[in-house]
Amino acid sequence: MKLARDTGLVFQRYFSLFIHNPAWVAVGVLQPALYLLLFAPLLKSIARVPGFPAGGAYNVFVPGLLIQLGLFGAAGVGFSLISELRLGIVERLRVTPVSRLSLLLGRALRDVLTLFVQALILVALALPFGLSFKPVGILIGLGLVALIGLLVASISYALALALKDENSFAPIIFTASLPLLLLSGVLLPMSLAPSWLRTISTLNPFSHAVSANRAVFLGHLANPNVLQGVIIMGVLAAFAVWFAARSFGRAIS
Amino acid sequence: MSEQPSGREKVISVHGLRRVFKSRKSSVEAVAGIDLEVYAAEIFGFLGPNGAGKTTTLRMLATLLPPTSGDATVVGQDLLRHPGEVRRRIGYVGQRGGADLEITGRHELVFEARLYGISRAEARARAAELIVTLELESCADRKVSTYSGGQRRRLDVGVGLVHKPQLLFLDEPTTGLDPQSRARMWDEVRKLRDEGTTVFITTHYLEEADALCNRLAIIDHGKIVAEGTPNELKRAVAGDLVTVGVTGDVDAALRLLKPQPFVREASVEGSELRLYVDHGETATPNILRLLDTAGLGLATVALSRPSLDDVFLRSTGRSLRESDSA
Repeated sequence: MKLARDTGLVFQRYFSLFIHNPAWVAVGVLQPALYLLLFAPLLKSIARVPGFPAGGAYNVFVPGLLIQLGLFGAAGVGFSLISELRLGIVERLRVTPVSRLSLLLGRALRDVLTLFVQALILVALALPFGLSFKPVGILIGLGLVALIGLLVASISYALALALKDENSFAPIIFTASLPLLLLSGVLLPMSLAPSWLRTISTLNPFSHAVSANRAVFLGHLANPNVLQGVIIMGVLAAFAVWFAARSFGRAIS
Repeated sequence: MSEQPSGREKVISVHGLRRVFKSRKSSVEAVAGIDLEVYAAEIFGFLGPNGAGKTTTLRMLATLLPPTSGDATVVGQDLLRHPGEVRRRIGYVGQRGGADLEITGRHELVFEARLYGISRAEARARAAELIVTLELESCADRKVSTYSGGQRRRLDVGVGLVHKPQLLFLDEPTTGLDPQSRARMWDEVRKLRDEGTTVFITTHYLEEADALCNRLAIIDHGKIVAEGTPNELKRAVAGDLVTVGVTGDVDAALRLLKPQPFVREASVEGSELRLYVDHGETATPNILRLLDTAGLGLATVALSRPSLDDVFLRSTGRSLRESDSA
């Protein structure tokens, strides 16, 4: 039907722009790769500390790293939209019958695809370090990355459409991402945190995604964290998609 | 005020269209209640300085911006109730164009066509057709970032036309173009009109409005201050100006010529007599004969036609050339 067709057209357009510019894949994967190569080894000694989740340093770190990838990787997608606003592209597309939702989804799906490629690269890099996981873990993990990608990309696009300017957009994106990362348990698990910090982190939806992904990588699908994490991210992603599609419907260059 | 082209279909009909922009501190009435009609297969122009409300009006009619109040019927569809139906039938070329720099012109044309439900094969054919019509053969398969200003604008117009709309909106289509590209664009627009497309153009260039438009409306501070064909507007305001340099008694010349039936207004400036007349071509020989018969010597005579700037000046108290620094 029309939404599928329109989304397919928009996705194709942004995908071909991506294919001709594969450098972006490398740029996006660089930051998490550095954490993997230069930070994760430090966890090996901490892994024996009581309070550190079971499973081994990399099996605990990598699922969290994928969540970080989703958060930081998708946060910056709004920059390209700001350039497009300036070129009059958004205005031009809005005059056509194309669905507003597909203007968002076509882009967001391209962003999710980018995240998938980057996630697989990270997992491949971690294997020689001793990462082990159940196959179902990777699948659900990618699913969580997809939800986070949709959530964060939608927020990034909605913000870009509202602010229309890199100078106001950049500080917000960068300032918001850091506390979200620190309170998510990616770098060091929240189980090591004092209780007040742990409480605050439960307010951060990403901390639930991290717990879910860790459980899933170890194959503990029955762990309630899994369902909790998926539902929280799913609901937030759905709301963000709806909100951003609405913003596309009202955008003026 | 203007003559109604009888029996012609109305492509745009607007009543009381208003748009207010609210910010934290103030609200600005960009469009303050306008009424207008645009007929099929004409080039209709909106002439006014920057900030007059031209682009805001265009955006409302192209369904990009909801009006604060008022209503409009565009290509037979209610603008407020069926914007989707309006979108299928119109093309819009904004001031900034809308083509992505990293895509080839051909791909942009094909993509746009497909957004209207046109099949891939037909979209390719249509793109090829437009590339020839708009003389983009040399650059169609290169990235838009490599295009000259004129090529870019022609591509933008092509993107607006790819689905053969009944009505095309062009927002300042020749701003920033060199004279040659501008002349080419004018030819394109005239061709479109001759083929039956209605074109609604905004501009702040007098010559453009004068040269292109069948009818135009002059807009200032969000209101229409004059409307009609370029000739009607000019005649209504000023008539032709005959400037006579009199060697003898200027005041006597004034007393002689002022009451003449073909003279609308007469005034003296230094040793020159300024006469506004209905038709300069017939008035000038009369003036010369009268002055000669009365024995009043004349040294120079000049005939100038009114311009749209005179119309603007008369309607708003400002010159369009001065009020606009672009």
